[in-house]
Amino acid sequence: MQLVEVNDLSIGFHDRDKVRPVVDGVSFSIARGEVMALVGESGSGKTLTARAIPRLLPDGAVVTGGSTQFAGEDLGAVSETRLRGLRGAKIGMIFQEPMVSLNPALTIGRQLCEALLLHKPQPREAVRRQALEMLARVGVSEPERRLAQYPHEFSGGMRQRIMIASVMLPRPDILIADEPTTALDAIIQRDVMDLMLDMTREIGAAVLLITHDLGVVADYADALAVMRDGRVVESGPASETLAYPKHDYTKQLLKSLPGKPEGTHVDSTKKPPLVSFDGVGIDFARKKPWPWSPRRYFHAVRGVDLDIGAGETVAIVGESGSGKTTLGRSVLGLIKPASGRVIFDGTEIGARSKRPFNHFHDRIQLIFQDPYSSLDPRMRVGAIVAEALRLSGMSKVEKLRRASSALEEAGLPHNFAGRFPHQLSGGQRQRVCIARALACNPDLVVADEPVSALDLTVQAQIIALLKELKERRGFTLIFISHDLAVVQEIADRVAVMRQGRILEVGPAERLFDAAAHPYTQALLSAAPFLSIAEDSGAYQLRHRAPRPVAPPAGHGYFDPDTAGDGDRPLMYDLGAGHRVAVTDASSH
Amino acid sequence: MMGRLNLFVGAGLVGAWLVAVAVSSVYTPADPLSMDFSARLQAPAEGSLMGTDQYGRDLYSRVLAASRISFGVSFATVVFAMTLGAVIGALAGYVGGLTDRIVVMCLDALMAFPPLLLVLMFLSVVGPSVPAVVLALGVGYTPTAARVMRGTVLSIREVEYVEASRVLGGSDAWTLWRHVLPNAVSPLTVLATSMFATVLLLESALSFLGLGVPPPAATWGGLLADGRQFLSQAPWLCIFPGLVISLALLGVNLLGDALRDRLDPHQRDAV
Repeated sequence: MQLVEVNDLSIGFHDRDKVRPVVDGVSFSIARGEVMALVGESGSGKTLTARAIPRLLPDGAVVTGGSTQFAGEDLGAVSETRLRGLRGAKIGMIFQEPMVSLNPALTIGRQLCEALLLHKPQPREAVRRQALEMLARVGVSEPERRLAQYPHEFSGGMRQRIMIASVMLPRPDILIADEPTTALDAIIQRDVMDLMLDMTREIGAAVLLITHDLGVVADYADALAVMRDGRVVESGPASETLAYPKHDYTKQLLKSLPGKPEGTHVDSTKKPPLVSFDGVGIDFARKKPWPWSPRRYFHAVRGVDLDIGAGETVAIVGESGSGKTTLGRSVLGLIKPASGRVIFDGTEIGARSKRPFNHFHDRIQLIFQDPYSSLDPRMRVGAIVAEALRLSGMSKVEKLRRASSALEEAGLPHNFAGRFPHQLSGGQRQRVCIARALACNPDLVVADEPVSALDLTVQAQIIALLKELKERRGFTLIFISHDLAVVQEIADRVAVMRQGRILEVGPAERLFDAAAHPYTQALLSAAPFLSIAEDSGAYQLRHRAPRPVAPPAGHGYFDPDTAGDGDRPLMYDLGAGHRVAVTDASSH
Repeated sequence: MMGRLNLFVGAGLVGAWLVAVAVSSVYTPADPLSMDFSARLQAPAEGSLMGTDQYGRDLYSRVLAASRISFGVSFATVVFAMTLGAVIGALAGYVGGLTDRIVVMCLDALMAFPPLLLVLMFLSVVGPSVPAVVLALGVGYTPTAARVMRGTVLSIREVEYVEASRVLGGSDAWTLWRHVLPNAVSPLTVLATSMFATVLLLESALSFLGLGVPPPAATWGGLLADGRQFLSQAPWLCIFPGLVISLALLGVNLLGDALRDRLDPHQRDAV
């Protein structure tokens, strides 16, 4: 007998007097101990489907048909009391946001014990012992001390581990994980996924994994259901379905996966640099507890040297907090370096003014990460793009004409100029951002995670658009991202940052195939990827296995975690513009 | 559906008020100031729609005449407080730093006193007159407007479209004017309508204390205050001004809600 059986499930949202269907006749089943992945883009109904199992639908959503069975029990028919008994005890849930799914006002210990006590009254001492064991099991050091701490004292990855611990404590039969690692960086994502799957395997629990990441699916799932517009379009064993997709949509999803493009990148390292970072250091003042406390700084960027040639696409890669966004903003003059200089086409940026200001607004432009907050909600799309030409001295008619041609170039029909941003989809909004950035024909575009807020298929379209526009206009692109697959698709050169320093920089092919620094290798191996096998034409899961490369003779690799605040690495040249951060003495 | 009802009822009530303001400045059924001691405290009857007050003045005419002064005082006060408050709040919120801290300190000091107390202090020094009442009430409510504006601007300042404006080469003044202020309008509209109501009531409290618009000129609050001593003998003296005040406030609030919904582009296609 299957553990979970979903039969012909339909869910609708109350919309005025009607019920608008969002999930339409979804059926699947999960066996005990099986890992089932529900894959789809935003709006496909995957989260609603999963939430319908423990009957935790948001307000306004109602089950309009079909049934969900759990261990032979019809969950649509049981009482609310029985459901409460099942939730937590038999059906565990993990959500996407580790920052908000733990209660900030309670200690970790209380939240862990709460879950156990709720379902089985037992002596406090026994509960505490179990909580301690579980914390140790999920890899929290000093569990005794950590038990008394509050959620804010843990990092995002640690919080998700604690979340897993609290969900696994009552030993549920199934774990529903809704995008459990989406908010985490690659290396932490892999660790958390490994931990989650290990623990469910130990107690024989099934997993319903909701995700948009096909790499994760290929790596961890036994079975797979692909959802689109509220329907399951394809399902089956995960490896088989991914290798030989039958439905067009699944094929389209796989085709949208970013990866190594055909053809080779241009080598433009020989040209004179358009932008030079010369020992750039950027500090942020920390909040002072008292007015008389000494000023303290957070060093976001520490002594970065990097040249970017005209026409090049340079990707800056790193995890959150690595300083990549800050470095990008410094080119625009929006953040002033505390030390060093940023030179654009022979002129030092920010030298002319004390206030942070983009003096080269007609030559340097920025594409933002979040297309929802970077467009003024009160302005029409045409006016938003035309604003880029405000200081150009053109007539109003000329500006609007240029704006609509920029929109058209970005792939939006000209009647979009009269719309408001909220009437557009995420991908369309990002096209508006691109049109705005390119309206004044800049020489340099900084794109700060331009596709990370978008769905896979939309992401592929936007990257294709960026590549096409770059080819036609020939601007230089600084592409800031944490997603290595996307970077591999678009970048000529890659710089890897961690804790404000560049650890390795080089041509994209060299960096992806022959990374030297252990951190770059860890980053590369953390992200599983799917690629087409040359012989069979089927999609295969690949891992880049880390292959330790000995540091150059007489040196050791620079380790940002153990380095002092003022330490600056030496950039050792491995040839062909491939440089890696090392320390002077091999003994270090 | 509800939204449209709000708009119609609100606009209707406020419109009626404005008509009363316009008509009363050229015509009232009787002279609102002429006394007739033979007709004191007459109940409403034909020819005297709302009855007469303790001096035999026609209440209907007085309510009409008062509509003008009450509207003028409330409107001028709200515009004054909103403008001054918005400027101070927007600058403090946008510039930040030391300027912000000093401004907030001053606002907090002012807000520590109830507005009525400030207004009383001011009026007892200057003496009651229409401009003095407007000025005093306006200054009294400026800190509230400034605090709301500052908070709104602080949150808008961090949104990326503000940074986008700077990327496009927009100066601080341009960014503030073009992107920050338009997006700060909605909380201010809400505040303005509720402030309109409070000001109207506070003005009547001032009249009651003898520091409002000086007699014999009539304001709605003043009429209500005057009528209070005759509540048992001539309840119409309170009922009619009270009713008019309630309807006027209802109108302002409904219209404010409806306008806010329509000014917000997110709501525009939902309405």
